[in-house]
Amino acid sequence: MLVYVIRRLSQSLVVVAVMAALVFVGVYAIGNPIDMMVSPDATPAEMQAAMERLGLDEPLWKQFFVFIGNMLQGDMGTSFVHNEPALELILQRLPATMELAACAMLIATLVGVPLGVIAGLRSEGPTGKTIMAGSIFGFSLPNFWQGLMLIMLFAVILGWLPAGGRGETAPLFGVQISFLTVDGLTHLLLPAINVALYKTALVIRLARAGTREVMMMDYVKFARAKGLHPRRVILVHMLKNILIPVVTVLGLELGNVIAFAVVTETVFAWPGMGKLLIDSIVNLDRPVVVAYLMLTVLVFILINFLVDLAYSALDPRVRLTESKG
Amino acid sequence: MSEATEIHPGEVHIGDVDEVAETAYAPKAEPPVTRFWREFRQSPVAVLGLAVVVVITLAAVFAPFITPQNPYDLAQLSILEGRLPPMSQSMDGMTYWLGTDDQGRDMLSAIIYGLRISLGIGAMSTFIAVLIGGSLGLLAAYYGGRIESLIMRVVDLQLSFPAILVALILLAVLGRGVDKVLIALVIVQWAYYARTIRGQALVERRKEYIEAARCLALSDRRIVFRHLLPNCLPPVIVVGTVQVANAIALEATLSFLGVGVPITEPSLGLLISNGYGYMLSGDYWISFFPGIALVIAVVSLNLVGDQLRDVLNPRLQR
Repeated sequence: MLVYVIRRLSQSLVVVAVMAALVFVGVYAIGNPIDMMVSPDATPAEMQAAMERLGLDEPLWKQFFVFIGNMLQGDMGTSFVHNEPALELILQRLPATMELAACAMLIATLVGVPLGVIAGLRSEGPTGKTIMAGSIFGFSLPNFWQGLMLIMLFAVILGWLPAGGRGETAPLFGVQISFLTVDGLTHLLLPAINVALYKTALVIRLARAGTREVMMMDYVKFARAKGLHPRRVILVHMLKNILIPVVTVLGLELGNVIAFAVVTETVFAWPGMGKLLIDSIVNLDRPVVVAYLMLTVLVFILINFLVDLAYSALDPRVRLTESKG
Repeated sequence: MSEATEIHPGEVHIGDVDEVAETAYAPKAEPPVTRFWREFRQSPVAVLGLAVVVVITLAAVFAPFITPQNPYDLAQLSILEGRLPPMSQSMDGMTYWLGTDDQGRDMLSAIIYGLRISLGIGAMSTFIAVLIGGSLGLLAAYYGGRIESLIMRVVDLQLSFPAILVALILLAVLGRGVDKVLIALVIVQWAYYARTIRGQALVERRKEYIEAARCLALSDRRIVFRHLLPNCLPPVIVVGTVQVANAIALEATLSFLGVGVPITEPSLGLLISNGYGYMLSGDYWISFFPGIALVIAVVSLNLVGDQLRDVLNPRLQR
């Protein structure tokens, strides 16, 4: 197991280095770094000062090490708009996005797994076909449009839920969370459903495919032949094996949820990282964009790493083949 | 029933006698196009989807001739007729079937012009991405070795990040514009084709006809382009059809977020974004109808793509 962890970890570090180099090339070599790092309305004297401060008069390879050095110390520049360190700004918005992502994952799992198992058990019947037809809509309709329709239906026409914002928050371990207040929950519900729709469709497909595969297995046939109650066969014998692919894909999807939260957060004016990114792109607040990019890359690589570890713990065959090769 | 055993088991439906008879007694040398169409039309939903795709493509191509108004000719717009609900009459007797936006623009005309931009960007970006990704995938599969591992590493790396994130970052660096959206969509998509075509080429490469071509001492170029490539195309066509839909949806999303096309060339996504503010005050149509047009385009392309996958890939036939 240790060998596997070390191998995977070194692979991840290589990817981090490659991404850092790409970001460096994108920002410093292709774009004009002064435009990226200094406010567009700075005077020539200010620009010169900034160039020296940022070390832009140094050769490119030296700049690369400065860039990496600053990043390792968590210094990713200062936002022009908010005049705060970019990293801090993003970290302040992190809880809101994480809360949204966690709720969406919860909804996707709680709704998707049962529906998928039912669709798998009755794949030829009308129930299964209806569930699958519904999941196609979750896949093919653009996410932001689903969000707009949710707002139109529940906020404008029915007036049940608020159309945007985060609502009242309550502190939990020093972090402001909407989950704990009624007002916050009503604000959270629509965006969370919006993020969850696509994931639910995905979970339904995975659970259905898993169910159909597992149903044919000898141990399930044996459990049935033994005269176990169908509920026990499904919940104890089948569910565990259905959940393996679901867990992997959902873990990988956590990164996607954070990325797609950009869309939902903009539609619902949810004050998370994604909305910050869009605002920063529109306002040309580039240090924040760069910091967001690097942070997201790190999160993605971390998630991929953890999912692989979890997967190898659940299914030892992966570990064995990997360490041989 | 010796004929029946020859046909693919997936095509036999119990009780569907006509079907079996038609398949069993079909002439041996049925042209591929006929066979393709016979299998394609077995799903009425997919045929409907195809019809819709054809209609919206024609509407987009001939937009200037069929729209009641040129939505970007300011002389034809009257701001006094702004935000009229659907079915209202204009002062010169024209009917605004889908209402008008805040500048008095006929929504139906704006949607058809928007469809033109959305479909254009979707199709164009997919086409370029197929060319680039396909060539690289083919290169990787045919030569193998270092070239292959380099190309496939880049593909893996890129596919580990979600498309929307890659596109957003590219547009943050490049700025707004139709050409920039096109570049971003090509970069986002090429990796799918590289992977698809490589996978297929690796399978095809080991088949006997390639070996035969090698024995005839044909040039590498001839083998790759005349023998290998045509046999790798079916999965690319399938991925491509679905990808056009995805590209259209992604472009709409980017434009909705305000980082996509400029306001001078409003695609469906930008129309939706422009109407979004009015939706909360109850003027739903400015945002709603472009959204419906977008959904119709995306869903019908997906339906066609799904059926193409079933027809072109014998392993997936149920």
